[in-house]
Amino acid sequence: MDFYFFNLMPYGALDLEYDKKYASANLLLPNSYYDPEEGHKLYTRYMDELEYADELGFDGVCVNEHHQTAYGLMPTPGVIAGALARNTRQAKVCVLGRALPLVNNPLMIAEEFSMLDNITKGRFVAGFVRGLGVEYHAMGINPAFSLERFHEAHDLVVRAWTEIGPFAFEGKHYHLQYVNLWPRPYSKPHPEVWIPSQGSEETIRWAAHPDRKYTYLNVYSPFSAVEQFMGMYRRVCEEDYGYEAEDRQLGLAVPIYVGETDEIAAKEAKPHIEAFFNKFLRIPNELLLPPGYTSISSLKAIALAKREMLGGGKTMERMNDLGMFICGSADTVRTRLEEFQDRIGLGQLCTILQFGTLPHELTRKNMELFAAEVMPHFRGRLRRPRSEAAE
Amino acid sequence: MTGIRTETLNVSGVALTLRRAGEGETLLLLHGANGNASWLPVVESLSANYDVILPDHPGFGDTDAPDWMDSISDMAYFYLDVIESLGLESFHLAGHSMGGWIAAEIAVRDRHRIKSLTLVSSAGIWVNGTPMGDLFAWSPQETVRRVFARQPVIDEMLAYEPSEEEIGMMLKNRQMAARLCWSPRLHNPDLGKWLHRLKLPTLIIWGDSDGIFPEPYAHAYHELIPGSELEIYEDCGHVPMAEARDAFLSRLLTFTGGAA
Repeated sequence: MDFYFFNLMPYGALDLEYDKKYASANLLLPNSYYDPEEGHKLYTRYMDELEYADELGFDGVCVNEHHQTAYGLMPTPGVIAGALARNTRQAKVCVLGRALPLVNNPLMIAEEFSMLDNITKGRFVAGFVRGLGVEYHAMGINPAFSLERFHEAHDLVVRAWTEIGPFAFEGKHYHLQYVNLWPRPYSKPHPEVWIPSQGSEETIRWAAHPDRKYTYLNVYSPFSAVEQFMGMYRRVCEEDYGYEAEDRQLGLAVPIYVGETDEIAAKEAKPHIEAFFNKFLRIPNELLLPPGYTSISSLKAIALAKREMLGGGKTMERMNDLGMFICGSADTVRTRLEEFQDRIGLGQLCTILQFGTLPHELTRKNMELFAAEVMPHFRGRLRRPRSEAAE
Repeated sequence: MTGIRTETLNVSGVALTLRRAGEGETLLLLHGANGNASWLPVVESLSANYDVILPDHPGFGDTDAPDWMDSISDMAYFYLDVIESLGLESFHLAGHSMGGWIAAEIAVRDRHRIKSLTLVSSAGIWVNGTPMGDLFAWSPQETVRRVFARQPVIDEMLAYEPSEEEIGMMLKNRQMAARLCWSPRLHNPDLGKWLHRLKLPTLIIWGDSDGIFPEPYAHAYHELIPGSELEIYEDCGHVPMAEARDAFLSRLLTFTGGAA
């Protein structure tokens, strides 16, 4: 299993009482809540943490893209990735990912990723996402065309990376008389691609296709769901595509906190992980699921159940039980990750070791304990598939 | 409701469901983003004087959308096909909200068969300095509070529990409305350049408390369409057919009846 360090760069100085006046830390929260002095300190600190992850021996450092939100301060993740490309030595630099449908010219993403791939000499992972539903409000892009634009933009980027130009690209949404990428990617045939997703059969089938074999990175799902999605990926590869999926094709992003003991870990993590789920990730359904972004049938199920997708009231204990957060002593965390590895054949683990308001000192301690006492245990450890009977 | 027939018209690969009632000159009603519910309660009254036709637009209500229906421009050209297919040589056209926008786009393309045009709380233009309400960001409760002005109406709407079928229909309508109207939001930046071509009797009806298109939108339309008439109801929201029903019906009938 390979280990990645993911930093979402939340605005950790957020006044957590904001929700007495505003429904979400996304889109509608006035940016008067943002203090540039605090922002400068946070960017500096978060970049120090990403660079420290490289020193600690993580296999990759990861950033991503979010817009108009306190949840993540990287509307342009390429800025951070560019700095990391020079300030890291061995870790892959991963942008997980850029939201293809949100741009009106995806060639700019092909160019940006190709630059990063060249600067890092191929030590780079390209992530493609659709973006959260709320970002279709934030960027004025029609969510009803999200999937069409994602596929068309993806095809344009991969063609720009792999075909000698100039050539013309004429799609439904993107129209370019000249595609002729300078620089071409360093990696052959193109940079490694990961697809972060919350899990849908269409996405899994598409990522697993033999033409792509992209790593499917599951984010924010209960472990039971993760197990289903990963099982589906392996089954689709085997039954429909006639090949066996490698472990590297299956990834999971999950917040983790390691303490000296289970008690210390729980006590130190609790306020910060609860702020993460209840304050930073608080998004009403109308913003999270704009019309057209999701199928009518899933929207109907949500409406009928009067379900809040990302509301408040999530406790650390519940998140821990669901496997959406892993917390405890190194021994506890190792045991849970062994179970994850054995049950789903997880190849890539994106650890979110800073979350919500977690301060720098605790983040560093968390990273150090994880790197020293959890990571080495899995180096060279192979999956030991567990049958139901053996449990 | 008595006397309202449901018919299907096959046009341009679309099986268009429409409600039809009454006899006389044709009055074609185009509904808004929320479907035919805003017009349906007045169809029977209007059918005493007119052959009233109320279609479910492709992608709304009982009509499914073809893959190629991507914009209000597509919708306007589609309705030009519908008008030909129905054999309408001279008819009255009225649209509410998004339907008003469609009506205006039809009329700038071909006004010659249209005897009169009525735009009710109509989308289609942007007024600098007066942002529209964002119906795509509102919860169902907030939508009711913004769309309606009168407290008894708001209370009644908030107390209403939609059935599973109605929820499915609302989501279908909302999805198609987003497809057609998300960006530029509920307007065509070019439409204002061509509204001067509407040299036909035109009536603009608005509520003074419209939470989606505030009253300045009514005045902007009035200024952009030469010779248009303007009618604004007090203490009335986005649906004058509901909140100013009697005044609305009598004004519409007087106007269409007087249109030569």
